[in-house]
Order: sequence, then C-alpha cells, then structure tokens
Amino acid sequence: MMLRNAAGRRAVATAATAVSLALALTACSGTTKDSKESGDSAKAGSAAKADPDAPLKKGLKIAFLPKQINNPYEKIVDEAGIAAAKEYGGTGKEVGPSDANASSQVSYINTLIQQRQDAILVSANDPNAVCGPLKQAMKKNIKVVAYDSDTAKDCRQLFINQASSEEIGRSLVQRLGKQLGYKGKVAILSATQNATNQNTWIEFMKEELKLPEYKDMELVKVAYGDDADQKSFQQTQGLMQAYPDLKGIISPTTVGIAAAARYLSDSSYKGKVVLNGLGTPNQMRKYVKDGTVEQFSLWNPEELGYLGSYAAASLASGQITGAEGEKFKAGKLGEYTIGKDGEVILGEPTVFDSKNIDTFNF
Amino acid sequence: MTTAPDTKTAPTPRAVPKPSLVRSLALRWDTAVGVLLVAVLVVGLGSTEGFGSAENLAFAFNDIAEVAIIALPMTLLVVAGQVDLSVASMLGLGSALTGALWEAGWAFETIVPVVLLVGVAGGLLNGWLVTKVGLPSLAVTIGTLALYRGLASVALGSDAVTDFPQVYADWAVDTTTVPGTFLTYPVLLFIILAAITAVVLHATGLGRSLFAIGAQEEAAYFAGIRVKRIKLLLFVVTGLFSAFAGVIFTLRYGSARADNGLGFEMLVIASVLLGGIDFDGGKGTLFGAVAGVLLIGVLKNLLTLNDIANEVQVIVTGLLLVASVLTPRIIAAVVERRHRRAANTPAPQP
Repeated sequence: MMLRNAAGRRAVATAATAVSLALALTACSGTTKDSKESGDSAKAGSAAKADPDAPLKKGLKIAFLPKQINNPYEKIVDEAGIAAAKEYGGTGKEVGPSDANASSQVSYINTLIQQRQDAILVSANDPNAVCGPLKQAMKKNIKVVAYDSDTAKDCRQLFINQASSEEIGRSLVQRLGKQLGYKGKVAILSATQNATNQNTWIEFMKEELKLPEYKDMELVKVAYGDDADQKSFQQTQGLMQAYPDLKGIISPTTVGIAAAARYLSDSSYKGKVVLNGLGTPNQMRKYVKDGTVEQFSLWNPEELGYLGSYAAASLASGQITGAEGEKFKAGKLGEYTIGKDGEVILGEPTVFDSKNIDTFNF
Repeated sequence: MTTAPDTKTAPTPRAVPKPSLVRSLALRWDTAVGVLLVAVLVVGLGSTEGFGSAENLAFAFNDIAEVAIIALPMTLLVVAGQVDLSVASMLGLGSALTGALWEAGWAFETIVPVVLLVGVAGGLLNGWLVTKVGLPSLAVTIGTLALYRGLASVALGSDAVTDFPQVYADWAVDTTTVPGTFLTYPVLLFIILAAITAVVLHATGLGRSLFAIGAQEEAAYFAGIRVKRIKLLLFVVTGLFSAFAGVIFTLRYGSARADNGLGFEMLVIASVLLGGIDFDGGKGTLFGAVAGVLLIGVLKNLLTLNDIANEVQVIVTGLLLVASVLTPRIIAAVVERRHRRAANTPAPQP
C-alpha cells in the first residue's frame, strides 16, 4: 500500500479534513436551482418591425449547419436550400461537424458570425449547447432559423418543422399498430439520445401507445444507433437477440431504418418483424421491393430545405420578424404563416410503399 | 547496469563543436511548434477576415480551454512514461454529476468540491491499479475510460440539464472576457495552471524525478525516487483537473450531459505529442505541450473560418501528429550522424 508510512497517512488525513471543511462551509450557503434568478429572456432581434412588402434582398449569404455533414438526408435538405438561395439571387453553403456531438456545432456558429453571414440555419444536436453563440449571432443582426431539429425557443427566430411533431409520432404508431393487428412487443430504434426531434416524436409515440386500442402492444425498448449505420445495425441485432418475439420496430431516423432493414433482410426475421419509420425512397427502395419493409414515411426533405432557405431570406430582408401570424412567400411552395413560438410547419408527411416509391428520387 | 563510458559515442568535449544556441533551438521540436504557432497566427491575421478580431481570438482559445487544462497534467504523465485515456470520460462524469446534483437542488458551491472529489477518487483508482496492481497505464485507463463514461450515463441518463443561472454560465462563455483583454476566464485559469505546472516540471526536484522515471523507471527507483507515490500523485492530479474541466465545459455550453467531451482524450494526447513530449517518456517541455494545444486550436479555428471541410481538418491534425512523432527522431538521427562524423575528424585548429 502506498500510504504505509505515517507521513503519508497524515497527509491524506489533512487533505480529507480540508475537503470536508470546505464541504461543510459551502453547504450552508450558495446558489441552488431554486434560488437562481431568472436569466435574460429578452428575445434578441424582436424589436425590428416587419415590412411584408419589402422585396427579397439580393446577394444574401446564408449558411446551413446540419447535425453532421455526411448524413445523406441532411445533404438533400441543405442542397435544396442552397439551390433555393440561387433562385432569389443569394448564395448558400453547408458547413458542419462530421460527428453529431452536442458541442461540435458551436465552433461553426462562431466562425459563421465572423464570416458575417446574413442568416444561419441550424439543425441542433443539442437545443441548449448552441444557444450562447446563436444569441450572439442575433445580437449582430444575423438571422437564425432552426430547421429539422429545434434549438431552445429564445435562441432562434424561426423553427421550420417538417410536420407537426405530434402528427409524426402518433401516425407512426398508428400505422405500425394497423400492420401488427394491434398486438405484440415493439421497440424504437432512434438516433442519438439527445436529438430534440427524435425525443419529441418518441414522447408522442408513448402518448399514443397509452390509448386503449394499443393495450396489447408493449414498447419494450428504445435503442440508440447514434445515426451511425454500423451501430444502428448492431442495435437491431441486439434488439432481436434480447426480444426474439419482437413484432415491430419503429425507426424514426433515415440512417436507423436503413440499417435495421439491412439486418432484417438478411436474417430469419425477414417478413416476421414489421419495420416502419422515417426513411428516404432511394435508401429504402431495395427493401420495399424484397418485402422486408411494407411502408415507411417522410416529408419531402427537398421542400424542407427550400422552405428554410426562403424563410431565412424573408427574415434577412425584413419581410418578417418571426412573430406569430406573419406571412411570407416561399417560392414555388406558396405562402406560409408563422405559428406559435415561431414555428412554421412544412406539411403532412408522405407515405411510401411499393405502389408509389418509384415516382420519387431522393 | 554499468556506467562505464562508451568510448565510441562519448567523445571528448574538444572533439565536438558545441552547437550554437540558435541551432540548438531550431533543432528542437518544441521550439519548432512554437514557431509554427506564430506562423499560423501571422498567416491567419494576413489572410482571413475576422480571424484577428478580439472576439474570434477569445473564442478560438476558449474553445480548447478544457483540452488545454487537461493537457497540463497529461504532459507530466507522459513525461513520466504514463498515459491516461480516461480523462474525457472523467470530464463527462464531472459534467453529468454537476447536472444531476444541480437538478437535485444542491448549491453550486457544494457541487464543485464534490465533483473535484470524484475526480480525485477516479484518479486514485487509476493510480492504484497502475502502481499497486502493476498494470500498464494504457490498459488500466482504457478500462476506466469505459467505466467513468458508464457512471456518467448512470448519473444523468440521457437527459441534459441546462438551467444553470446566468452568473455561472457567464463565467465560462466565450463572450465574457477579463477586462481589458481578449482572454476568457477559463483561458486565464489555464494560464495560471500552466505557469504552476511549468515550474513544477522544470524547476523542482519532483519535475526532475518525472524525467528520471520516464527515462528509466528502475534506475529512478534505485536512485531513491519514490516512483509509485509520484505516479499515484500524477493520476490523482489528472483526475482532479479532468473533473474540473467537466465543470467548466458544462458552464461553457450551459448543458450538462453524460456524453460531454466524447473523444477529447485523443485531442489531449495529440496536443501533448504534437508539442514534442516523447510518448516513451523522459523527454519534453511544458512550453512544447502548450504550443501544441494552442496550435491545434488556432489551426482548427483558421481552417473553419476558411470553410475547410471537417474531414480535411482531421487529416491536417493527423499529418501534424505524424510529423511531430517522426521529425524529432529524424533530427536526432541527423544530429547523431553529424556528431559521429565530427568525432571522427580532428577538430579544426584555431
């Protein structure tokens, strides 16, 4: 033992006493959760007045900051948004980290501020970790639009939501329930544990599952594949090993559903386990054709990026400020109205199956 | 072990021309990294709009504050021939605990010492397994890397605790600077800790012992250095600094989470190696390690400002790292050959 001699023991005893003393001292006073003052909740940039007749400015610089740059789904969204920027005479670009970690996006936001972009579109890995720099951006009159995955409400001016979160969550359970005859064990294969959008949908899925018609359906596990193909594949494998009588999997992530389909199509569970969720037609075509997957759904990601791009431009041009009830035109998609808390909803998701899948290419 | 001089490689002082100060500085890798850092700063100032703004510099340095703080004890560890891979997990555990205890209604002033104490305990476990059980530090800390991250997940689950009061958050954010400078408080803290670490490593008996242990542990032991106790101390200090970095990280992002700082251990070790600390132990300067950390931070900021893709940034860091491990060896080989040649030819007459 290291502390065999008396000197060593004495040193440890002294240190222990010092620490306990410090603990005792600090325990009596200090700031706790309950005693905290209310933080600054002043919404930056809301002082400006909207001018609905203002034309879209030319030469706007907008940047898309996805959760991670090599995600095929985010690529589709961002490229459509960049193409939309060209339509109104601006320039768009996509920057971002290669891992979907909470803190990785922060350094990108700072550099976008230094580059004096007119608007930042962010799909947040963590609703709060990105808040500080986004507030800083808004202070410098850079417009902030969250898309796909929201930030905390006072850290952005608009949130472009794919579809209402409630509808996505509930409809996935409704469709799986129908496929299963409302019976059996089910699991969810999500992305990362902290993805705002995933967690919101999963909450609504759980709500839906509480309804009486699902009394014979049991949610046994929510697994996390971290939006990595290999990990999602392994998680599916793990789910089947842990619950051999599993009847259905919902994977509300394009990476997860494709990996799960890949596992199921090569296993004895093919055709026995129902997989539903959110996927892109190009990724899932093969599995719909070979019978692994009957149907899945998604909003049109190109339209999501397109709408986000126009929303950012309308903000930067002063047509809107992000207040509820304001309206703006999103090119070929037509007019949109800003809802509560700065939320703009793209529309209803599309269901893809063997009948219609060949008419889509993204 | 014999200490008889090897007549072939130990020539008389007269036979080898003493290298000039300039040359000996230039031939040292840590100096080279320092020069490279200055060069990157100068290039950045000249080429990239926004790079030189106080705001950006504050951010660039604050962005690596936690990595830099952990790199300090890591330098001492590597000099002593050890490594700790569990530092980022300890950061995560520190962050998760900060969140969990805050959620439970504890006073922030109580949370900090408790988190630090957990850091000390984690360091003690690492050190105990290395010194008492006699396992290699690499193996031990690969294990505790998983263990501490697992404990972090147990402490906080998949939640994120975010409602820390503004006074604490402001202390760590990129936009609060020490009056009159572009330094943020975490960076200021790092400077103070770095100064202390530099003194310990280069101006105390303990520092000399670290080099001795790293160079030849057995010899150090027989020379009367308390090898095990010093190693244990190093792991404890590393655990302490890592847990503290967890508190800073939590406040800086305003988000306590179990997965905070995932993968940071590689960044810390990369910075230390980049700074010319020999992974085999026994060689290196704290100046080099600090220059290494700053170089990685500044380079990342500069590349991001220029819209260089993340993949390329990873490649650049990787190449720098390979160069940092290779170059000193190449230099050593060249110097060795030159010395040998000098020893074989008669010294010029004055």
